[in-house]
Amino acid sequence: MTTDLRIAFLPLTDAAVLAVAREKGFAEEEGLHLDLVRTTSWATLRDRLVFGQVQAAHMLAPLAVAVTLGLSQQAAPLSAPYKLNVNGNMLVMASEFAQALDPDVAARLDDPLGTAHDFAAAIGLWKRKPVIGVVHRYSSHSVMLRYWLASAGVDPDRDVLLRVLPPSLTVEALRAGEIDGFIAGEPWGSAAVDGGLAEAVAIGERIWRRGVEKVLAFRTPWLEENPDSVDRLLRALVRAAAWCDEPDHHEALAHLLSQPHYVDQPAELILRALSGGIVPRVDMAPLSMPDFMLFSREATPFPWRSQALWIYSQLVRWKMVDHSAENAAKAASVFRPDIFRRALADSDVAMPGASMKVEGAVASPLAVGSKRGELTLGPDSFFDGRVFDPERIEDFLASF
Amino acid sequence: MRIVIIDDSGLRATVLEEGLREAGYDDIHIVPPRGGFVARLERMAPDVVLMDLGSPSRDTLEEMLTVSRALARPIAMFVDQSDESMIGAAIDAGVSAYVVDGLRKERVKPVLELAVRRFNAFARLQSELDEARTALSDRKIIDRAKSILMSQRGLGEPEAYALLRSSAMNQGKRIVDVAQALITASDLLGGM
Repeated sequence: MTTDLRIAFLPLTDAAVLAVAREKGFAEEEGLHLDLVRTTSWATLRDRLVFGQVQAAHMLAPLAVAVTLGLSQQAAPLSAPYKLNVNGNMLVMASEFAQALDPDVAARLDDPLGTAHDFAAAIGLWKRKPVIGVVHRYSSHSVMLRYWLASAGVDPDRDVLLRVLPPSLTVEALRAGEIDGFIAGEPWGSAAVDGGLAEAVAIGERIWRRGVEKVLAFRTPWLEENPDSVDRLLRALVRAAAWCDEPDHHEALAHLLSQPHYVDQPAELILRALSGGIVPRVDMAPLSMPDFMLFSREATPFPWRSQALWIYSQLVRWKMVDHSAENAAKAASVFRPDIFRRALADSDVAMPGASMKVEGAVASPLAVGSKRGELTLGPDSFFDGRVFDPERIEDFLASF
Repeated sequence: MRIVIIDDSGLRATVLEEGLREAGYDDIHIVPPRGGFVARLERMAPDVVLMDLGSPSRDTLEEMLTVSRALARPIAMFVDQSDESMIGAAIDAGVSAYVVDGLRKERVKPVLELAVRRFNAFARLQSELDEARTALSDRKIIDRAKSILMSQRGLGEPEAYALLRSSAMNQGKRIVDVAQALITASDLLGGM
């Protein structure tokens, strides 16, 4: 018997695993039929999930935490047992603004700390308080941008204007001069570069080398009541993710996603994030960034609780929520390594032994304790060298 | 009660505005979600904001609701979670609503119900229009196929149509598909 599942997504390259699970038969093998519901705003995706019109959603990790904490309209406990990707964001700024930065784009992207300071100086030279588009208040993009700007003494709530707009409207807003740059998921940064409107200024993967991005979120009560469907879906997604990471499949994947009912953008633009060949300025040769967006390797889908807590620490830092033991526990509970373990207990997926780790402590590839198979974690450092110990949130917050 | 409708499709907003006026609401404004619409909205200080659930600008609006000091903290319409059928109907119809805190839900409910009815009516109207448009283009294709048959086979109009119809029935296809195939073949063969 086939089970139907409705899953909401936004037209972005990192919805790839869901599309592949449906189109390449991985869901079918698990007896699932996926109905993927294309949605144009995070607010509507959230409402569809919270009010039960879909069973799961391709969601910004910080939004899942925020909804659970009651920060984004109707409060509802959400659970994320699976990470759909890590990394994949790019900050682009209008070419005129970027003139105040290092003209050697590769050097600029390789040195986020230096570029943050150049950016801070460029703010004063610009004709107005720079307006930077972010896709949502509770997005990885917003927390990453704030983290990066603050490292150079920029107060993101005072020195720049962060304007929320959905990914699909970013390029038009830039063209109309309503914003001076934006940080969004692919292919939107590449689309702005290709249009000759903007240049790459910072890459998510260079700010936090393994940055949490989209998760698969469920309403917690539904997740608890439907263990069989959840487990089957997670097994299908793990196989779909491995398919997505395979370099031989990138071209086919880009074509699949370019269709109107998925991302509806040229396959050539979508391919850049998948293959890690990022064009930072129009007509330049692509720069090789093999870790630009990850779906499968290094146990990418595993929802480390420490990562939910890192997100929480940033929401506290920017005064979006008050810190309390209760709030921290709620935030941590959003990531569900227990469900991931249960669903994949009989598979050959390498499984981390722990559920929390010190974030930012891995400087070069590291073999770690794993219940099965070999697991090597990639470098996960922050560009400023900080580490986040989830057991010591207060100390971490005091360090800013 | 000041109601602001944020909508890109001028026609749907007008349909909704009309309905609200008939129901006795007279302080209604339509704002397209472009450029600085958030600043405009802030100056209007609405009690209720209605917006298409499918509009990509909902995130921009919600951000404004979160940070604006000019507005009393507004809340989403769906706050009355007990009313699940209402929520379901609103989402199905594609209506989202934001209501200023403190406004009684009995006062807001008729507005939302009206919006749902009007959005649904508008969607029906649009699909009827689409159907009409398709029917029109279907008829043009069939007419062209008929005239090809009439000139090539020396048939009268009723006979040409009967031939198309019986071929369609024999092949288990729609008449318009058979007609299209005939036109394509005729074009390929240089107008025979």
